[in-house]
Amino acid sequence: MVSSCTAQGTKYELRCNECGKSYGNQPLSGCPDCLAPLELHFDLDSVRGRFTRESVAAGPASIWRYRELLPVPEGFQPDLPVGFTPLLRANALGRRIGADNLYIKNDAVCFPTLSFKDRVVAVALANAQAFGFTTVGCSSTGNLANSVAAQAARLGLKACILVPSDLEPAKILNTLVYGARLVRIDGNYDHVNRLCTLIADEYRWGLVNVNLRPYYAEGSKTVGYEIAEQLGWRLPDNVVVPMAGGSLIRKIKKAFAELIALGLVADKPVRFFGAQATGCSPISHSVKNGWDHIEPQRPNTIARSLAIGNPADGPAASKMIRATGGWAEDVSDVEIVSGIQELAETEGIFTETAGGVTTAVAARLYAHGKISRDETTVLCITGNGLKTTDALEGRYPAERAVKPRLTEFDAYIREVDPSLVPSLEPALAPELVSAD
Amino acid sequence: MSVKIVLPTALARHTDGKKSFDSEAADLPGLLAEFDLKFPALAQNVKDEHGKLRRFINVYVNDEDIRFLGGDAHQFADGDEVMLIPSIAGGSGSAI
Repeated sequence: MVSSCTAQGTKYELRCNECGKSYGNQPLSGCPDCLAPLELHFDLDSVRGRFTRESVAAGPASIWRYRELLPVPEGFQPDLPVGFTPLLRANALGRRIGADNLYIKNDAVCFPTLSFKDRVVAVALANAQAFGFTTVGCSSTGNLANSVAAQAARLGLKACILVPSDLEPAKILNTLVYGARLVRIDGNYDHVNRLCTLIADEYRWGLVNVNLRPYYAEGSKTVGYEIAEQLGWRLPDNVVVPMAGGSLIRKIKKAFAELIALGLVADKPVRFFGAQATGCSPISHSVKNGWDHIEPQRPNTIARSLAIGNPADGPAASKMIRATGGWAEDVSDVEIVSGIQELAETEGIFTETAGGVTTAVAARLYAHGKISRDETTVLCITGNGLKTTDALEGRYPAERAVKPRLTEFDAYIREVDPSLVPSLEPALAPELVSAD
Repeated sequence: MSVKIVLPTALARHTDGKKSFDSEAADLPGLLAEFDLKFPALAQNVKDEHGKLRRFINVYVNDEDIRFLGGDAHQFADGDEVMLIPSIAGGSGSAI
């Protein structure tokens, strides 16, 4: 067991959420006694006075500006500038869906592999190295695979990654290119995940979302820290978050709670809204039914990055969402594609299917009055559309080629889109300005 | 009739290290009753205060989640492989 538990003097340790037992710091994700998930608990008093708005502002433009609240070992030297992605005002999308105070947290441009998973992997691999693992891996629906492969390559670690066999080709390519060993499993994500739990028992591997899961999950908190800081050190009224395993939404809540406890933001109620695809909606189903448990589902959706039918953090996420006065919704595959297009057309952000889920769910939440139009609301866009272009297959058929002549071009534009043709009024002559 | 029970390392510490053994149980409640007799420490570990399987344990019958098969009412068939896995598993708890 690794007994030291400090990050730049910050004390943290694994603790069981159910029975309260502590387990120090080690690659372990479930309580050996009551089998409940382990979570990292931070002694916030150990950073009080050191972790301030000023100390954060003096840090690098990456997740490492919050390292005092991340479980990274003493002496860890951050390598990659992960995270600190843009928070954008989304006026055009807001006009479309009836929101006056809407923001996009854009992890479609997270470094290095264009999804929020870069955050969790950076924290997990820092610990994998400290625990002495030379091979790392994960079970993945794609984005995590890309990130583990890329960051392992950078750190000189071997990577073995397990994915469902029906994963999008772009996500497979974006894993293999980094030299990782990718194993396609004949089954869905839940089968892959179960296999990984067995592998973690037998192999001395650091599986980021299995035996390193408590460390990995803390990386998600950086989404919450960034939202608060980029809003000018204040909390939003609502956040809308896509849910796969149910971890991200909980960790954003944890991040806000830590900032409140440390005095960096004023306390205020924040409502959490979860977004899922109807074809895999166990957490949304649980929220709508007021359950403390989830009933597993067999995933059937184009939103493969959210296709976890038996989400590990599902029960806790469901309970938390309802406790904040939030809600969860799920949308069809058709709505997901429309959501992708809507975000791209209004804000110039091309997101993957999960972002289509978040956008479409947000539109519904406004339409149903679950969110008021004047409230400050942040949509978490977690991945890049270039990875799931197959979702848009057939939407944009190639038009006929036009001969390189102005008359041909003019005729073509008048035929396909007359609104692009300039009016017949003569252009105004530029005003002459005297040089005196 | 006999089914094969498979346990992860985290649970095998209650069965003298045995990760796999045969059982005559006909269904999940029968299996838990068998644990009471044969492996009381395991029974205590996997059951909650109401005698039900803890909610953090998933049960798979031949790779299928037992909740998709009818849960407690599902009847095991001869030769089935029944696997118990904590829902968030991983790590033996031993030093690296």
